[in-house]
Amino acid sequence: MTRRLVDAATGLATLVLLALVWELYKWLGPADGWSIGEIRVLPRTSDLAMPHTWEILGRLADPLTAAPDAPSLAGAVLAAGAFSFGIALLSWVLGVTVGILLALGMQRLRVVESAVLPLVILSQTIPLIALAPLVRGWGSRLYLGPVEWEPWMSVAVIASYLAFFPVAVGALRGLQSPDTIHVELMRSYGAGWWATLVRLRLPASVPHLLPALRLAAANAVVGTVVAEVSTGIPGGLGRMILEFANFASSDPAKPWAPLLGAVLLGLVVAGLVALIGLPLSRFRRVEVSA
Amino acid sequence: MTIQTAPQREEHPRGAVAVEVTGATRVFQGSAGTVTALDGVDLTVGAGEFVSLIGPSGCGKSTLLRLIADLDRPTAGTIEVFGRTAEQARLAHDYGIAFQQAGLLPWRTVRANIELPLAMHGTGRAARRERADHLIELVGLTEFADHYPDQLSGGMQQRVAIARAVAEEPSLLLMDEPFGALDEMTRERLQGELVRICAETRAAVVFVTHSIPEAVFLSDRVVVMSARPGQIREVVDIDLTRAARSDEGLREDAAYFAAVTRVREALHHGSPTPAQGVELR
Ligand SMILES: Nc1ncnc2c1ncn2[C@@H]1O[C@H](COP(=O)(O)OP(=O)(O)OP(=O)(O)O)[C@@H](O)[C@H]1O
Ligand SMILES: [Mg+2]
Repeated sequence: MTRRLVDAATGLATLVLLALVWELYKWLGPADGWSIGEIRVLPRTSDLAMPHTWEILGRLADPLTAAPDAPSLAGAVLAAGAFSFGIALLSWVLGVTVGILLALGMQRLRVVESAVLPLVILSQTIPLIALAPLVRGWGSRLYLGPVEWEPWMSVAVIASYLAFFPVAVGALRGLQSPDTIHVELMRSYGAGWWATLVRLRLPASVPHLLPALRLAAANAVVGTVVAEVSTGIPGGLGRMILEFANFASSDPAKPWAPLLGAVLLGLVVAGLVALIGLPLSRFRRVEVSA
Repeated sequence: MTIQTAPQREEHPRGAVAVEVTGATRVFQGSAGTVTALDGVDLTVGAGEFVSLIGPSGCGKSTLLRLIADLDRPTAGTIEVFGRTAEQARLAHDYGIAFQQAGLLPWRTVRANIELPLAMHGTGRAARRERADHLIELVGLTEFADHYPDQLSGGMQQRVAIARAVAEEPSLLLMDEPFGALDEMTRERLQGELVRICAETRAAVVFVTHSIPEAVFLSDRVVVMSARPGQIREVVDIDLTRAARSDEGLREDAAYFAAVTRVREALHHGSPTPAQGVELR
């Protein structure tokens, strides 16, 4: 328990440190940034480009727009974050399911592994930006009976496309991780594929699977936000980032708010995945040989 | 479980023969050529009999054991276990096995590791627990029942592995240098425990070892093998009663030393230099 407290304190200290670095650079850095030829390698430090951290935070409490009944900026960001969170969570579940099923298939049959693994790796070389409009286009032409293809489903598909990859690779490594001695022990018990899976391969895969789930969560969040940006569907943080970018000169602190929202989203999802690891701690014990 | 007090050579419930190896040959095809690990090996192990395999490193002891366990298939020859094929015997859970490494599942406690074969073969929870408790006591790990393998010493892990191997009271125990990685004191104590367990379960044992004293102390017969190709050179009968064996004084007995000498001579017979990999203590 104390370790968890220390971890939380360390995380908080890192945030404070980050804010300090931001302010320090803003204070000391050249107002016009620093360029090599045409390329600016360090950002401008003006109040437009880099508002003070307290201004960014303070802006959150202010109303979204000048309209009299406008909600606070923080409220709007949280609502958008909740929308994106829903999609990210769904994408994560989808990605993890597909990833584990693929890994099981690859572990079960060598042929599947040599056929599918290259495709799995190849799949990640297609840039998300190229994929997003395609998926959106296909989705709108899908006929699903009474269910209508909603734009957010396209986002979920794209995000799960990013999320399944680390799971497929990590789970496969985990399922293949048992030592020969353990595999032969199972064989000596006359255990078939299923019994060996349940008693040996799944428990042994936990240390490989947990980091993969964490990566999948990060990918699901990034995938959701980027897919929202590139498909432009309303409601989530991605669209908010697009819209608020227009306020860069009139309300410089405002565009940073949805970014903070995305960071928070990432933290929440990472925290949830960390919770999964808690009851599985005994599977992370390592074998020490005599 | 009842302690068997009957004389050891009475009619065994599983019939007279535990293992029947006939003309077993195993040739490994490797990129560096072919290795004949076993060449026409014949071996019969009676029910309840303790047979040790000894011989220089690479003479095919492990290979022979793995063939009996159906973890590997012979290139030629047949292997029968209690009158069935090795595969049928494996699927019928006829044997328990222990390797040089303990091979415990790290996420299972001592108790859960011992219960593993029982759980996999559908023994009920209560019966499993009772059996595990008995075995934990037998190998002297009562205080460690709920510890995980990484919290145990090597010798303790090996004791758990032996308890696991005998958990289902198999009629056949296959052991590949189970005490190989242990210090001499632990080793002698575990040998004593093994003798006790075998007396209790009346299991036939095929035991691979590099130690002549160990083979003599434990066995009814010692099978001496030679390498390249792996063959049985000689079978030495050890006529020490099991009652005498459970007595530590045996290790100082004259009959014991005579048997050690006979095995040693069988090992060296025909080879001018001492066989490699065999401890001549
Ligand atoms: N899977 C394998 N592939 C190729 N060759 C093998 C394989 N297993 C064993 N061998 C070869 O078979 C021979 C016998 O090996 P085995 O492991 O049975 O010897 P051993 O008597 O148990 O030796 P040790 O006392 O060192 O354990 C060796 O020459 C070894 O190189
Ligand atoms: Mg060996």
